[in-house]
Amino acid sequence: MIQQREGLGDLIRIDHLTFQRNQQCIFDDISLTIPKGQITAIMGPSGTGKTTLLQLIGGRLKPNAGHLYYENQCIDGMSNKQLLRLREKMGMLFQNSALFTNLTVYDNVAFPMREHTQLPESFIKDLVLMKLEAVGLRGARNLMPSQLSGGMSRRVALARAMALDPELIMYDEPFTGQDPISMGVLVKLIKHLNDALGMTSIIVSHDVPETASIADYIYILAQGKIVGQGTPQQLADCQDPHVLQFMHGLPDGVVPFHYPAPDYRQDLLASCKEREAS
Amino acid sequence: MMTAIQKLGRSSIQLCGNVGYAGLFLIKTLVRKPRPIKGAPLLIQELYSIGVFSLPIILVASIFIGMVVGLQGYNILSKFSATEQLGQLVALSVVRELGPVVAALLFAGRAGSALTAEIGLMKTTEQLASMEMMGVDPLWRVIAPRFWAGVISLPLLTMIFCAVAVIGGHVIGVEWLGIDTGAFWSNMQASVDFHLDVLNGIIKSVVFGFIVTWIAVYQGYATEPTAAGISRATTRTVVYSSLAVLGMDFVLTAIMMGGW
Repeated sequence: MIQQREGLGDLIRIDHLTFQRNQQCIFDDISLTIPKGQITAIMGPSGTGKTTLLQLIGGRLKPNAGHLYYENQCIDGMSNKQLLRLREKMGMLFQNSALFTNLTVYDNVAFPMREHTQLPESFIKDLVLMKLEAVGLRGARNLMPSQLSGGMSRRVALARAMALDPELIMYDEPFTGQDPISMGVLVKLIKHLNDALGMTSIIVSHDVPETASIADYIYILAQGKIVGQGTPQQLADCQDPHVLQFMHGLPDGVVPFHYPAPDYRQDLLASCKEREAS
Repeated sequence: MMTAIQKLGRSSIQLCGNVGYAGLFLIKTLVRKPRPIKGAPLLIQELYSIGVFSLPIILVASIFIGMVVGLQGYNILSKFSATEQLGQLVALSVVRELGPVVAALLFAGRAGSALTAEIGLMKTTEQLASMEMMGVDPLWRVIAPRFWAGVISLPLLTMIFCAVAVIGGHVIGVEWLGIDTGAFWSNMQASVDFHLDVLNGIIKSVVFGFIVTWIAVYQGYATEPTAAGISRATTRTVVYSSLAVLGMDFVLTAIMMGGW
Protein backbone atom coordinates (compact mmCIF):
# COMPACT_ATOMS: atom_id res chain seq x y z
CA MET A 1 0.00 0.00 0.00
CA ILE A 2 2.76 2.43 0.93
CA GLN A 3 4.51 3.79 -2.08
CA GLN A 4 7.97 5.20 -1.77
CA ARG A 5 8.22 8.47 -3.58
CA GLU A 6 11.30 10.42 -4.49
CA GLY A 7 12.45 13.27 -2.32
CA LEU A 8 13.98 13.96 1.06
CA GLY A 9 12.29 11.09 2.85
CA ASP A 10 9.19 11.09 4.97
CA LEU A 11 8.38 13.51 7.75
CA ILE A 12 5.31 11.67 8.99
CA ARG A 13 4.68 7.98 8.66
CA ILE A 14 1.35 6.48 9.71
CA ASP A 15 1.50 2.77 10.19
CA HIS A 16 -1.62 0.57 10.33
CA LEU A 17 -3.58 3.17 12.28
CA THR A 18 -6.92 2.23 13.80
CA PHE A 19 -8.96 4.73 15.73
CA GLN A 20 -12.39 4.39 17.27
CA ARG A 21 -14.58 6.92 18.97
CA ASN A 22 -17.74 5.92 20.87
CA GLN A 23 -17.68 2.40 19.38
CA GLN A 24 -17.58 3.96 15.94
CA CYS A 25 -14.62 3.13 13.77
CA ILE A 26 -13.14 6.34 12.35
CA PHE A 27 -10.00 4.82 10.83
CA ASP A 28 -9.61 1.17 10.00
CA ASP A 29 -6.01 0.11 9.52
CA ILE A 30 -4.77 2.93 7.33
CA SER A 31 -1.16 3.59 6.38
CA LEU A 32 0.18 6.65 4.66
CA THR A 33 3.27 8.82 4.50
CA ILE A 34 3.81 12.55 4.30
CA PRO A 35 7.02 13.31 2.40
CA LYS A 36 9.20 16.26 3.38
CA GLY A 37 8.93 19.51 1.49
CA GLN A 38 5.75 18.61 -0.35
CA ILE A 39 2.09 19.48 -0.10
CA THR A 40 0.08 16.41 0.73
CA ALA A 41 -3.69 16.66 0.68
CA ILE A 42 -6.04 14.46 2.62
CA MET A 43 -9.48 14.64 1.13
CA GLY A 44 -12.80 13.00 1.65
CA PRO A 45 -16.44 13.68 2.35
CA SER A 46 -17.43 15.48 5.58
CA GLY A 47 -17.40 13.30 8.65
CA THR A 48 -14.69 10.91 7.51
CA GLY A 49 -12.39 12.04 10.30
CA LYS A 50 -9.97 14.19 8.37
CA THR A 51 -9.65 16.64 11.26
CA THR A 52 -9.30 13.69 13.64
CA LEU A 53 -6.28 12.59 11.63
CA LEU A 54 -4.60 15.97 12.21
CA GLN A 55 -5.34 15.69 15.92
CA LEU A 56 -3.74 12.26 15.94
CA ILE A 57 -0.64 13.65 14.21
CA GLY A 58 -0.53 16.46 16.76
CA GLY A 59 -0.76 13.92 19.57
CA ARG A 60 -4.00 15.31 20.99
CA LEU A 61 -5.62 11.90 20.52
CA LYS A 62 -4.16 8.43 20.92
CA PRO A 63 -4.78 5.67 18.36
CA ASN A 64 -6.41 2.40 19.38
CA ALA A 65 -3.91 0.44 17.33
CA GLY A 66 -1.01 1.21 15.05
CA HIS A 67 1.54 3.99 15.33
CA LEU A 68 2.36 7.45 14.03
CA TYR A 69 5.95 8.49 13.51
CA TYR A 70 7.48 11.94 13.23
CA GLU A 71 10.92 11.43 11.72
CA ASN A 72 11.02 7.95 13.28
CA GLN A 73 9.93 9.23 16.72
CA CYS A 74 6.76 7.49 17.79
CA ILE A 75 4.16 10.22 18.45
CA ASP A 76 1.66 8.06 20.33
CA GLY A 77 4.32 6.85 22.78
CA MET A 78 5.42 10.33 23.86
CA SER A 79 4.98 11.88 27.29
CA ASN A 80 3.09 15.15 27.62
CA LYS A 81 6.35 17.09 27.91
CA GLN A 82 7.78 15.56 24.75
CA LEU A 83 4.53 16.27 22.94
CA LEU A 84 4.61 19.93 23.90
CA ARG A 85 8.15 20.13 22.56
CA LEU A 86 7.20 18.28 19.37
CA ARG A 87 4.34 20.68 18.74
CA GLU A 88 6.78 23.60 18.63
CA LYS A 89 7.89 22.09 15.32
CA MET A 90 4.32 21.95 14.02
CA GLY A 91 1.98 24.72 13.02
CA MET A 92 -1.70 24.21 12.64
CA LEU A 93 -4.31 26.37 10.97
CA PHE A 94 -7.68 25.68 12.51
CA GLN A 95 -10.93 25.56 10.64
CA ASN A 96 -12.30 28.70 12.31
CA SER A 97 -8.89 30.37 12.71
CA ALA A 98 -9.01 30.10 16.54
CA LEU A 99 -7.39 33.51 17.08
CA PHE A 100 -7.22 34.64 20.70
CA THR A 101 -10.12 37.06 20.83
CA ASN A 102 -8.70 39.15 23.68
CA LEU A 103 -5.42 39.88 21.89
CA THR A 104 -4.67 42.12 18.91
CA VAL A 105 -3.45 40.72 15.61
CA TYR A 106 0.09 41.67 16.58
CA ASP A 107 -0.09 39.93 19.97
CA ASN A 108 -1.68 36.86 18.41
CA VAL A 109 1.27 36.40 16.09
CA ALA A 110 3.74 37.23 18.85
CA PHE A 111 2.12 34.76 21.27
CA PRO A 112 4.09 31.61 20.33
CA MET A 113 7.36 33.54 20.21
CA ARG A 114 6.80 35.05 23.64
CA GLU A 115 5.89 31.65 25.06
CA HIS A 116 8.72 29.64 23.59
CA THR A 117 11.65 31.97 23.13
CA GLN A 118 13.62 34.40 25.27
CA LEU A 119 13.94 36.90 22.44
CA PRO A 120 13.92 40.60 23.33
CA GLU A 121 10.72 42.46 22.45
CA SER A 122 12.40 44.54 19.71
CA PHE A 123 13.43 41.34 17.94
CA ILE A 124 9.96 39.85 18.30
CA LYS A 125 8.53 42.99 16.75
CA ASP A 126 10.67 42.58 13.63
CA LEU A 127 9.71 38.92 13.34
CA VAL A 128 6.00 39.62 13.75
CA LEU A 129 6.12 42.33 11.10
CA MET A 130 7.90 39.95 8.74
CA LYS A 131 5.29 37.24 9.26
CA LEU A 132 2.44 39.70 8.82
CA GLU A 133 4.08 41.13 5.70
CA ALA A 134 4.22 37.62 4.23
CA VAL A 135 0.43 37.30 4.52
CA GLY A 136 -0.13 40.91 3.48
CA LEU A 137 -1.59 42.17 6.76
CA ARG A 138 1.20 44.28 8.21
CA GLY A 139 -1.17 47.25 8.17
CA ALA A 140 -3.78 45.41 10.21
CA ARG A 141 -1.57 44.69 13.19
CA ASN A 142 -3.47 46.82 15.68
CA LEU A 143 -6.91 45.43 14.87
CA MET A 144 -8.75 43.01 17.12
CA PRO A 145 -9.81 39.61 15.71
CA SER A 146 -13.48 40.68 15.81
CA GLN A 147 -12.69 43.45 13.31
CA LEU A 148 -11.27 41.07 10.70
CA SER A 149 -13.10 39.42 7.83
CA GLY A 150 -13.06 35.63 7.59
CA GLY A 151 -10.30 35.57 4.99
CA MET A 152 -8.16 38.04 6.94
CA SER A 153 -8.45 36.16 10.20
CA ARG A 154 -7.41 32.98 8.43
CA ARG A 155 -4.35 34.77 7.09
CA VAL A 156 -3.51 36.04 10.59
CA ALA A 157 -3.88 32.49 11.88
CA LEU A 158 -1.53 31.39 9.12
CA ALA A 159 1.02 34.00 10.19
CA ARG A 160 0.67 32.78 13.77
CA ALA A 161 1.03 29.13 12.74
CA MET A 162 4.36 29.88 11.06
CA ALA A 163 5.60 32.19 13.79
CA LEU A 164 8.17 29.69 15.00
CA ASP A 165 9.15 28.57 11.48
CA PRO A 166 7.72 25.06 11.88
CA GLU A 167 8.85 22.09 9.82
CA LEU A 168 5.29 20.95 9.33
CA ILE A 169 2.17 22.99 8.87
CA MET A 170 -1.29 21.47 8.92
CA TYR A 171 -4.24 23.20 7.32
CA ASP A 172 -7.67 22.14 8.53
CA GLU A 173 -10.21 23.05 5.84
CA PRO A 174 -8.42 26.27 4.83
CA PHE A 175 -10.84 27.08 1.99
CA THR A 176 -14.18 26.50 3.68
CA GLY A 177 -16.44 29.52 3.76
CA GLN A 178 -14.10 31.82 1.81
CA ASP A 179 -15.10 34.11 -1.01
CA PRO A 180 -13.37 33.52 -4.36
CA ILE A 181 -10.83 36.29 -3.84
CA SER A 182 -9.61 35.20 -0.42
CA MET A 183 -9.73 31.61 -1.64
CA GLY A 184 -7.31 32.57 -4.40
CA VAL A 185 -5.11 34.43 -1.92
CA LEU A 186 -4.97 31.42 0.40
CA VAL A 187 -4.20 28.97 -2.40
CA LYS A 188 -1.34 31.17 -3.55
CA LEU A 189 -0.05 31.72 0.00
CA ILE A 190 -0.03 28.02 0.91
CA LYS A 191 1.85 27.12 -2.25
CA HIS A 192 4.24 30.02 -1.93
CA LEU A 193 5.04 29.45 1.74
CA ASN A 194 5.61 25.77 1.19
CA ASP A 195 8.05 26.36 -1.64
CA ALA A 196 9.81 29.41 -0.25
CA LEU A 197 10.34 28.17 3.31
CA GLY A 198 10.85 24.51 2.53
CA MET A 199 8.06 23.46 4.87
CA THR A 200 6.03 20.32 4.66
CA SER A 201 2.29 20.91 4.35
CA ILE A 202 -0.74 18.78 4.99
CA ILE A 203 -4.04 20.10 3.68
CA VAL A 204 -7.24 18.58 4.89
CA SER A 205 -10.03 19.71 2.63
CA HIS A 206 -12.99 18.78 0.51
CA ASP A 207 -12.63 21.63 -1.95
CA VAL A 208 -11.45 19.58 -4.91
CA PRO A 209 -10.30 22.11 -7.56
CA GLU A 210 -8.44 24.41 -5.14
CA THR A 211 -6.67 21.58 -3.38
CA ALA A 212 -5.88 19.71 -6.57
CA SER A 213 -4.29 22.84 -8.04
CA ILE A 214 -1.53 22.97 -5.40
CA ALA A 215 -1.20 19.47 -3.91
CA ASP A 216 1.68 17.24 -4.89
CA TYR A 217 -0.06 14.10 -3.72
CA ILE A 218 -3.61 13.36 -2.61
CA TYR A 219 -5.09 10.70 -0.38
CA ILE A 220 -8.85 10.19 -0.48
CA LEU A 221 -10.46 8.82 2.66
CA ALA A 222 -13.92 7.32 2.89
CA GLN A 223 -15.49 5.15 5.55
CA GLY A 224 -12.26 4.80 7.49
CA LYS A 225 -10.21 3.57 4.54
CA ILE A 226 -7.97 5.12 1.93
CA VAL A 227 -10.00 4.64 -1.23
CA GLY A 228 -7.70 6.41 -3.61
CA GLN A 229 -4.31 8.06 -3.80
CA GLY A 230 -2.08 9.63 -6.37
CA THR A 231 -1.10 12.91 -7.94
CA PRO A 232 -4.01 15.20 -8.83
CA GLN A 233 -3.69 14.16 -12.48
CA GLN A 234 -3.80 10.46 -11.68
CA LEU A 235 -6.88 10.90 -9.51
CA ALA A 236 -8.68 12.96 -12.12
CA ASP A 237 -8.30 10.06 -14.54
CA CYS A 238 -9.02 7.38 -11.96
CA GLN A 239 -12.02 5.17 -12.64
CA ASP A 240 -12.52 3.86 -9.09
CA PRO A 241 -16.18 4.61 -8.20
CA HIS A 242 -15.36 6.28 -4.83
CA VAL A 243 -12.73 8.54 -6.37
CA LEU A 244 -14.86 9.25 -9.41
CA GLN A 245 -17.83 10.34 -7.34
CA PHE A 246 -15.74 12.50 -4.99
CA MET A 247 -13.49 14.20 -7.54
CA HIS A 248 -16.38 15.09 -9.82
CA GLY A 249 -18.97 15.81 -7.17
CA LEU A 250 -21.62 13.39 -8.41
CA PRO A 251 -24.79 13.42 -6.29
CA ASP A 252 -25.38 9.67 -6.35
CA GLY A 253 -22.94 6.80 -6.47
CA VAL A 254 -21.09 4.71 -3.93
CA VAL A 255 -22.07 7.29 -1.34
CA PRO A 256 -25.84 7.10 -1.80
CA PHE A 257 -28.07 10.15 -2.07
CA HIS A 258 -30.58 8.57 0.34
CA TYR A 259 -30.02 8.04 4.01
CA PRO A 260 -30.76 4.34 4.77
CA ALA A 261 -34.57 3.95 5.00
CA PRO A 262 -37.21 1.25 4.59
CA ASP A 263 -38.72 0.74 1.18
CA TYR A 264 -40.31 3.97 -0.09
CA ARG A 265 -43.53 2.35 -1.34
CA GLN A 266 -44.10 0.45 1.91
CA ASP A 267 -43.46 3.60 3.97
CA LEU A 268 -46.16 5.47 2.04
CA LEU A 269 -48.61 2.56 2.09
CA ALA A 270 -48.15 2.20 5.84
CA SER A 271 -49.40 5.75 6.42
CA CYS A 272 -52.38 5.08 4.11
CA LYS A 273 -53.32 2.04 6.15
CA GLU A 274 -53.11 4.04 9.37
CA ARG A 275 -55.48 6.61 7.94
CA GLU A 276 -57.96 3.94 6.91
CA ALA A 277 -57.78 2.33 10.31
CA SER A 278 -58.63 5.57 12.05
CA MET B 1 -39.26 0.59 39.91
CA MET B 2 -36.24 -1.28 38.60
CA THR B 3 -35.58 1.36 35.98
CA ALA B 4 -35.75 4.06 38.64
CA ILE B 5 -33.11 2.24 40.68
CA GLN B 6 -31.02 1.76 37.55
CA LYS B 7 -31.29 5.46 36.76
CA LEU B 8 -30.27 6.38 40.29
CA GLY B 9 -27.30 4.04 40.07
CA ARG B 10 -26.23 5.35 36.70
CA SER B 11 -26.45 8.98 37.73
CA SER B 12 -24.55 8.39 40.96
CA ILE B 13 -21.77 6.59 39.07
CA GLN B 14 -21.71 9.51 36.66
CA LEU B 15 -21.54 11.96 39.55
CA CYS B 16 -18.59 10.12 41.08
CA GLY B 17 -16.88 10.10 37.70
CA ASN B 18 -17.39 13.83 37.26
CA VAL B 19 -16.08 14.62 40.72
CA GLY B 20 -13.06 12.48 39.91
CA TYR B 21 -12.44 14.31 36.64
CA ALA B 22 -12.82 17.67 38.39
CA GLY B 23 -10.34 16.56 41.07
CA LEU B 24 -7.77 15.38 38.53
CA PHE B 25 -8.27 18.62 36.63
CA LEU B 26 -7.59 20.61 39.82
CA ILE B 27 -4.47 18.60 40.63
CA LYS B 28 -3.14 19.03 37.08
CA THR B 29 -3.75 22.77 37.32
CA LEU B 30 -2.15 23.28 40.70
CA VAL B 31 0.70 20.78 40.86
CA ARG B 32 3.34 22.25 38.62
CA LYS B 33 6.52 24.23 38.78
CA PRO B 34 5.67 27.90 39.38
CA ARG B 35 6.91 30.33 36.75
CA PRO B 36 6.71 33.66 38.58
CA ILE B 37 8.18 35.89 35.86
CA LYS B 38 5.70 34.83 33.18
CA GLY B 39 2.86 33.98 35.56
CA ALA B 40 2.72 37.18 37.62
CA PRO B 41 1.43 39.51 34.86
CA LEU B 42 -1.23 36.94 33.94
CA LEU B 43 -2.33 36.66 37.55
CA ILE B 44 -2.49 40.42 38.02
CA GLN B 45 -4.59 40.81 34.89
CA GLU B 46 -7.04 38.17 36.12
CA LEU B 47 -7.13 39.66 39.62
CA TYR B 48 -8.18 42.88 37.95
CA SER B 49 -10.89 41.36 35.77
CA ILE B 50 -12.22 38.99 38.44
CA GLY B 51 -11.73 40.96 41.63
CA VAL B 52 -11.98 44.61 40.68
CA PHE B 53 -14.92 44.12 38.33
CA SER B 54 -16.83 42.37 41.14
CA LEU B 55 -16.37 45.34 43.44
CA PRO B 56 -19.45 47.38 42.44
CA ILE B 57 -21.94 44.59 43.08
CA ILE B 58 -20.23 43.70 46.36
CA LEU B 59 -20.23 47.33 47.54
CA VAL B 60 -23.87 47.99 46.68
CA ALA B 61 -25.09 44.69 48.11
CA SER B 62 -23.10 45.08 51.31
CA ILE B 63 -24.31 48.59 52.14
CA PHE B 64 -27.93 47.50 51.74
CA ILE B 65 -27.46 44.33 53.74
CA GLY B 66 -25.85 46.34 56.54
CA MET B 67 -28.75 48.79 56.50
CA VAL B 68 -31.38 46.05 56.52
CA VAL B 69 -29.74 44.21 59.39
CA GLY B 70 -29.52 47.54 61.23
CA LEU B 71 -33.24 48.24 60.78
CA GLN B 72 -34.42 44.74 61.66
CA GLY B 73 -32.06 44.52 64.60
CA TYR B 74 -33.13 47.88 65.98
CA ASN B 75 -36.80 46.83 65.88
CA ILE B 76 -36.17 43.64 67.80
CA LEU B 77 -33.64 45.08 70.22
CA SER B 78 -35.94 47.99 71.11
CA LYS B 79 -38.43 45.47 72.56
CA PHE B 80 -35.78 44.56 75.12
CA SER B 81 -34.54 48.16 75.48
CA ALA B 82 -31.14 46.97 74.32
CA THR B 83 -30.72 49.10 71.21
CA GLU B 84 -27.11 49.98 72.21
CA GLN B 85 -26.26 46.38 71.34
CA LEU B 86 -27.02 47.06 67.67
CA GLY B 87 -23.31 47.40 66.77
CA GLN B 88 -22.61 43.96 68.15
CA LEU B 89 -25.57 42.42 66.34
CA VAL B 90 -24.66 43.90 62.96
CA ALA B 91 -20.97 43.07 63.24
CA LEU B 92 -21.43 39.50 64.42
CA SER B 93 -24.09 38.52 61.91
CA VAL B 94 -22.16 40.07 59.05
CA VAL B 95 -18.70 38.84 59.94
CA ARG B 96 -19.73 35.31 60.87
CA GLU B 97 -22.37 34.46 58.31
CA LEU B 98 -23.76 37.08 55.96
CA GLY B 99 -20.42 38.43 54.76
CA PRO B 100 -18.79 35.21 53.58
CA VAL B 101 -21.99 33.59 52.28
CA VAL B 102 -23.57 36.52 50.46
CA ALA B 103 -20.25 37.64 49.01
CA ALA B 104 -19.63 34.10 47.74
CA LEU B 105 -23.11 33.89 46.20
CA LEU B 106 -22.68 37.24 44.47
CA PHE B 107 -19.18 36.25 43.39
CA ALA B 108 -20.53 33.03 41.86
CA GLY B 109 -23.12 35.02 39.95
CA ARG B 110 -20.81 37.78 38.79
CA ALA B 111 -17.33 36.29 38.41
CA GLY B 112 -18.02 32.54 38.34
CA SER B 113 -20.47 32.68 35.47
CA ALA B 114 -18.19 35.04 33.55
CA LEU B 115 -15.25 32.67 34.03
CA THR B 116 -17.25 29.69 32.79
CA ALA B 117 -18.56 31.56 29.78
CA GLU B 118 -15.12 32.91 28.88
CA ILE B 119 -13.33 29.57 29.14
CA GLY B 120 -16.23 27.77 27.46
CA LEU B 121 -16.11 30.20 24.56
CA MET B 122 -12.35 29.73 24.24
CA LYS B 123 -12.96 26.00 24.04
CA THR B 124 -15.79 26.30 21.54
CA THR B 125 -13.77 28.51 19.21
CA GLU B 126 -10.82 26.09 19.45
CA GLN B 127 -8.59 28.67 21.15
CA LEU B 128 -7.64 26.14 23.81
CA ALA B 129 -6.93 23.49 21.17
CA SER B 130 -4.79 25.88 19.15
CA MET B 131 -2.87 26.80 22.29
CA GLU B 132 -2.21 23.11 22.88
CA MET B 133 -1.06 22.71 19.29
CA MET B 134 1.36 25.59 19.81
CA GLY B 135 2.92 23.65 22.64
CA VAL B 136 1.46 25.86 25.38
CA ASP B 137 -0.45 24.08 28.12
CA PRO B 138 -3.84 25.82 28.50
CA LEU B 139 -4.11 24.58 32.09
CA TRP B 140 -1.08 26.69 32.89
CA ARG B 141 -1.76 29.64 30.61
CA VAL B 142 -5.54 30.00 30.96
CA ILE B 143 -6.87 28.02 33.92
CA ALA B 144 -4.27 28.45 36.65
CA PRO B 145 -4.16 32.30 36.71
CA ARG B 146 -7.95 32.47 36.77
CA PHE B 147 -8.17 29.91 39.52
CA TRP B 148 -5.66 31.65 41.78
CA ALA B 149 -7.18 35.04 41.05
CA GLY B 150 -10.57 33.74 42.25
CA VAL B 151 -9.11 32.18 45.39
CA ILE B 152 -7.31 35.42 46.25
CA SER B 153 -10.09 37.86 45.35
CA LEU B 154 -13.02 36.38 47.24
CA PRO B 155 -11.51 36.72 50.76
CA LEU B 156 -10.53 40.31 49.96
CA LEU B 157 -13.99 41.06 48.62
CA THR B 158 -15.50 39.46 51.73
CA MET B 159 -13.47 41.73 54.00
CA ILE B 160 -14.60 44.76 52.05
CA PHE B 161 -18.17 43.45 52.20
CA CYS B 162 -18.04 43.12 56.01
CA ALA B 163 -16.51 46.56 56.54
CA VAL B 164 -19.05 48.29 54.28
CA ALA B 165 -21.96 46.39 55.84
CA VAL B 166 -20.91 47.57 59.31
CA ILE B 167 -20.83 51.12 57.97
CA GLY B 168 -24.34 50.53 56.57
CA GLY B 169 -25.51 49.44 60.02
CA HIS B 170 -23.87 52.51 61.51
CA VAL B 171 -25.64 54.80 59.07
CA ILE B 172 -29.03 53.37 60.04
CA GLY B 173 -28.41 52.91 63.75
CA VAL B 174 -26.53 56.08 64.61
CA GLU B 175 -27.37 58.63 61.95
CA TRP B 176 -30.99 57.73 61.44
CA LEU B 177 -32.31 56.02 64.59
CA GLY B 178 -30.16 57.96 67.00
CA ILE B 179 -28.18 55.38 68.94
CA ASP B 180 -25.12 56.77 70.69
CA THR B 181 -21.99 56.43 68.49
CA GLY B 182 -19.79 55.47 71.40
CA ALA B 183 -22.15 52.72 72.54
CA PHE B 184 -22.44 51.39 69.01
CA TRP B 185 -18.69 51.04 68.52
CA SER B 186 -17.66 50.05 72.05
CA ASN B 187 -20.25 47.27 72.28
CA MET B 188 -19.02 45.98 68.94
CA GLN B 189 -15.42 46.14 70.06
CA ALA B 190 -16.16 44.33 73.29
CA SER B 191 -18.01 41.42 71.75
CA VAL B 192 -16.33 40.65 68.41
CA ASP B 193 -13.42 38.32 68.90
CA PHE B 194 -10.67 38.32 66.31
CA HIS B 195 -9.98 34.61 66.39
CA LEU B 196 -13.49 33.29 66.89
CA ASP B 197 -15.37 35.65 64.60
CA VAL B 198 -13.17 37.51 62.15
CA LEU B 199 -10.69 34.74 61.44
CA ASN B 200 -13.42 32.13 61.08
CA GLY B 201 -15.21 34.36 58.61
CA ILE B 202 -12.04 34.73 56.57
CA ILE B 203 -11.44 30.97 56.63
CA LYS B 204 -14.95 30.47 55.32
CA SER B 205 -14.38 32.94 52.51
CA VAL B 206 -11.13 31.24 51.49
CA VAL B 207 -12.93 27.88 51.31
CA PHE B 208 -15.80 29.42 49.36
CA GLY B 209 -13.40 31.14 46.96
CA PHE B 210 -11.71 27.81 46.33
CA ILE B 211 -14.99 25.98 45.70
CA VAL B 212 -16.66 28.61 43.54
CA THR B 213 -13.64 29.17 41.30
CA TRP B 214 -12.97 25.47 41.02
CA ILE B 215 -16.52 24.80 39.86
CA ALA B 216 -16.42 27.77 37.49
CA VAL B 217 -13.17 26.90 35.72
CA TYR B 218 -13.97 23.19 35.58
CA GLN B 219 -17.41 23.79 34.10
CA GLY B 220 -15.83 26.11 31.53
CA TYR B 221 -13.13 23.62 30.64
CA ALA B 222 -15.58 20.70 30.39
CA THR B 223 -18.12 22.66 28.35
CA GLU B 224 -19.72 20.86 25.48
CA PRO B 225 -18.38 22.96 22.58
CA THR B 226 -21.63 24.44 21.29
CA ALA B 227 -23.57 27.63 22.05
CA ALA B 228 -26.16 25.65 24.00
CA GLY B 229 -23.34 23.90 25.86
CA ILE B 230 -21.93 27.23 27.07
CA SER B 231 -25.29 28.40 28.37
CA ARG B 232 -25.84 25.09 30.18
CA ALA B 233 -22.38 25.22 31.71
CA THR B 234 -22.91 28.80 32.92
CA THR B 235 -26.18 27.84 34.54
CA ARG B 236 -24.57 24.82 36.17
CA THR B 237 -21.78 26.98 37.56
CA VAL B 238 -24.18 29.31 39.33
CA VAL B 239 -26.44 26.50 40.62
CA TYR B 240 -23.68 24.16 41.77
CA SER B 241 -21.55 26.81 43.36
CA SER B 242 -24.49 28.40 45.20
CA LEU B 243 -25.55 25.03 46.59
CA ALA B 244 -21.97 24.10 47.44
CA VAL B 245 -21.45 27.40 49.26
CA LEU B 246 -24.60 27.03 51.34
CA GLY B 247 -23.91 23.38 52.16
CA MET B 248 -20.28 24.03 52.97
CA ASP B 249 -21.29 26.98 55.15
CA PHE B 250 -23.30 24.67 57.36
CA VAL B 251 -20.42 22.18 57.63
CA LEU B 252 -17.89 24.90 58.47
CA THR B 253 -20.19 26.57 61.00
CA ALA B 254 -20.77 23.22 62.67
CA ILE B 255 -17.02 22.62 62.91
CA MET B 256 -16.32 26.13 64.18
CA MET B 257 -19.14 26.12 66.73
CA GLY B 258 -17.98 22.73 67.91
CA GLY B 259 -15.23 24.44 69.88
CA TRP B 260 -12.53 24.69 67.26
